Amino acid sequence: MARHNPFVHLAIYASVMALIVWGVYQGAVSTGYRWQWHRVPQYLFEWDDGTLYRGVLIDGLIVTLQISAAAFVLMLVFGLVTAILDGSPSFVGRAIARTYVEVIRNTPLLVQLYVIYFALSPVLGLDRMSAAILTLALFEGAYAAEIFRAGLQAVPRGQVEAAQALGLSRFHIYRHVVLPQAFRLTLPPLTGQTVSLIKDSSIVSVIAVFDLTTEGRNIISDTFLTFEIWFTVALLYLMLTVTLSFAVTGLEHRMQRTVAR
Amino acid sequence: MFHRRSMIAAAIAGVMLGGVTAAVPAPVHAQENLIDSIVQRGVMRVGVGNFVPWVFRSKTGDIVGFEVDVATKLAEDMGVQVEFVPTVWDGMIPALLAGNFDVVISGMSITPQRNLRVNFTTPYASSGNMLAASVQRMPDRASLDDFNDRSVIIAAVRGSTAAAAVQAQLPRARLIQFDAEADVLQEVLNGNADALVASVPKPGRDAATFPDQLYIPVRETFRGTLEAFALRKGDADALNFFNNWILVNVANGFLEERWDYWFVGQDWADLVPE
Repeated sequence: MARHNPFVHLAIYASVMALIVWGVYQGAVSTGYRWQWHRVPQYLFEWDDGTLYRGVLIDGLIVTLQISAAAFVLMLVFGLVTAILDGSPSFVGRAIARTYVEVIRNTPLLVQLYVIYFALSPVLGLDRMSAAILTLALFEGAYAAEIFRAGLQAVPRGQVEAAQALGLSRFHIYRHVVLPQAFRLTLPPLTGQTVSLIKDSSIVSVIAVFDLTTEGRNIISDTFLTFEIWFTVALLYLMLTVTLSFAVTGLEHRMQRTVAR
Repeated sequence: MFHRRSMIAAAIAGVMLGGVTAAVPAPVHAQENLIDSIVQRGVMRVGVGNFVPWVFRSKTGDIVGFEVDVATKLAEDMGVQVEFVPTVWDGMIPALLAGNFDVVISGMSITPQRNLRVNFTTPYASSGNMLAASVQRMPDRASLDDFNDRSVIIAAVRGSTAAAAVQAQLPRARLIQFDAEADVLQEVLNGNADALVASVPKPGRDAATFPDQLYIPVRETFRGTLEAFALRKGDADALNFFNNWILVNVANGFLEERWDYWFVGQDWADLVPE
């Protein structure tokens, strides 16, 4: 009965959420925090002479999008190359892939960012933005490599053997047989990883890239609107990640139909 | 599918509900009497950041600086102990409001925007900030106006008096803010920013340490910003007490003498960790 009535679930869910929100609100009240939400909209949009201008938080959101998009593409490259190297017969290839994945996954992202930005960037001639993108891509790429590795291993061995029997080259086996199937399997965990990437991109505020988090922290330093700005920033991140989740859910749905046909 | 979508919609609704509920103004906080509770407790807790020479960790790990001298004398005059609570700048105000400390004494510049959120005492200091420029990126400049340009990138510590001074006096420059002074200096040394601004005498010391990369284009300091103690709103008694403590210690020369020690002299230079 309840299984088929989403409204019952929704009502329970809403009560639990309301309770949590009420708790947080009471906590804020007890510290005597005076909400000043009317000071927030100017950081989202500004009207001047009948023209609408972007506020600094929206500027920051755009930078966050740019960093995330570029790091996402690089993450796929790093992840896929590593996964293929890891599965290759070459000892050197496997050793490089394992070293990369283990080093990145076992050291803090903040440390990686500091090393790349303050130590490597002057040598490589990277600017702030490139260093931020490279660090994020390297970090998330190590996790993506594990996702791809699992996806590649999940494609039955018989399929590769059948393709070999048909005389397909190594490239064509990957291109037409293994990767299309692995892609479908890796899509859900890869989406989770991309959501992590967007959230992890907030760390670039320590090297003063003007992303959403940096803009938020700067406004807080100037105005002391701590909770109002953090809530707004969180909501903007949430909009980004929820939109992404929706889009991928739609994509999965379409692919399932294609396969069914 | 529908189920999952409705879950997400409900999640968004939940968060938005949170925003709306939170927007309801809080009832006026029960009247507190800060001075009495500090005296009863026997300890004054002071929120501090990290800017040389206002307040910083010495080589031996002790918290030292101008603010430390000010707060220690203040506590002495109240007959209580002093306890410093180091806090990151953008966490300072929530920590103050949550009662993690009683007062912020940390080179905090008075600005109208900030004053909407906290109470400031009368100023007890007026900072002198100076600019050190990158030899590679902006050589041979001799006027501050040369730096008031959209193409110029200036680094400063987030929330410092220097950041406030840049916003006030070089509004066209692009201000980038870091949490640590070491990062600000590194940014200019690496050639990623045109200049740094910090409280005197730090820029001069940096330029002397790295003469090939940094120089001081303009000897005079920025127009002064005014620094004050920050308190939770709504306690006039505490504000009155701190204001008058500052007036007395301006009149008796204590604040000026300590100012000269930290901001003019360099006797403390070997306290700074390298």
